[in-house]
Amino acid sequence: MIQVIAFWLFASIVIASATMVILARNPVHSVMWLILAFFNAAGLMLLTGAEFIAMLLVIVYVGAVAVLFLFVVMMLDIDFAELRSGFVRYLPLGALVAIVLAAELVFAVGAWQAGGVDLAARAAPAATDTSNIQQIGELLYTRYIFLFEAAGIVLLVAMIGAIVLTHRQRGGVRIQNISAQNRRRPEDATRLVDPGVGQGMEL
Amino acid sequence: MISVGHYLAVSAVLFTLGVLGIFINRKNIIVILMAIELILLAVNINLVAFSAALNDLVGQVFSMFVLTVAAGEAAIGLAILVIYFRGRGTIAVDDANRMKG
Repeated sequence: MIQVIAFWLFASIVIASATMVILARNPVHSVMWLILAFFNAAGLMLLTGAEFIAMLLVIVYVGAVAVLFLFVVMMLDIDFAELRSGFVRYLPLGALVAIVLAAELVFAVGAWQAGGVDLAARAAPAATDTSNIQQIGELLYTRYIFLFEAAGIVLLVAMIGAIVLTHRQRGGVRIQNISAQNRRRPEDATRLVDPGVGQGMEL
Repeated sequence: MISVGHYLAVSAVLFTLGVLGIFINRKNIIVILMAIELILLAVNINLVAFSAALNDLVGQVFSMFVLTVAAGEAAIGLAILVIYFRGRGTIAVDDANRMKG
């Protein structure tokens, strides 16, 4: 019974906050609603027993992606009122597309529940005696190891791409030149002199 | 009792909201990126729900890859947004036709 209540709670909050994400006037509020939606989606996934994906959702989405959005929204100085201007004009077309899409999805679910298509057998049946995280780990590091490494390469390319795109060489700043400092020898920097009495120093 | 159909319904609503968000926020590319995140979240919910319903872990493994791609997409998208804003001083994507021949 408690699962049913939890499901309806999480599902209603995730849909309400997703609605607010696309309707909020201020993008900072949008990001906040997005974080709420991710948290509740993680709850939804937790209910099905997918603990690892739920934790990943909180860590990756809320901890990294949403904070990245927040940084960018606050970093750019943007006139948001001007950006809202086309809202009413685009609403009919958007609503039409959304309705068509929703009808298709409802139709697909209905067709699936009416019997559906009998596809091949399970690719990787879940065992019952070990935890979800251990099962995913065993699958990920054996059968899907190449896909896993490809995912790592995707992340690496994304990281390098983001750095290369946003990196900018600033002129007129003085930065530390470590190799020049290390190349400097005592004989270049100091010199022994023997000044006579009364002769000053050169500065 | 909660069945996989309930999860599919939530995911379908979320997906539709994401597509609607892309259409009604045509000028604000930040909200468009967030709507894309919502769409990918809906896909993830679908994958996890089927994974639980069919008792097959591949759905969750694949959901992890979707998450990876979503994170990379957000990073690259926001980086492009930042350099676009630096060059133009605005993020209105209506008139982003500079690359048109």
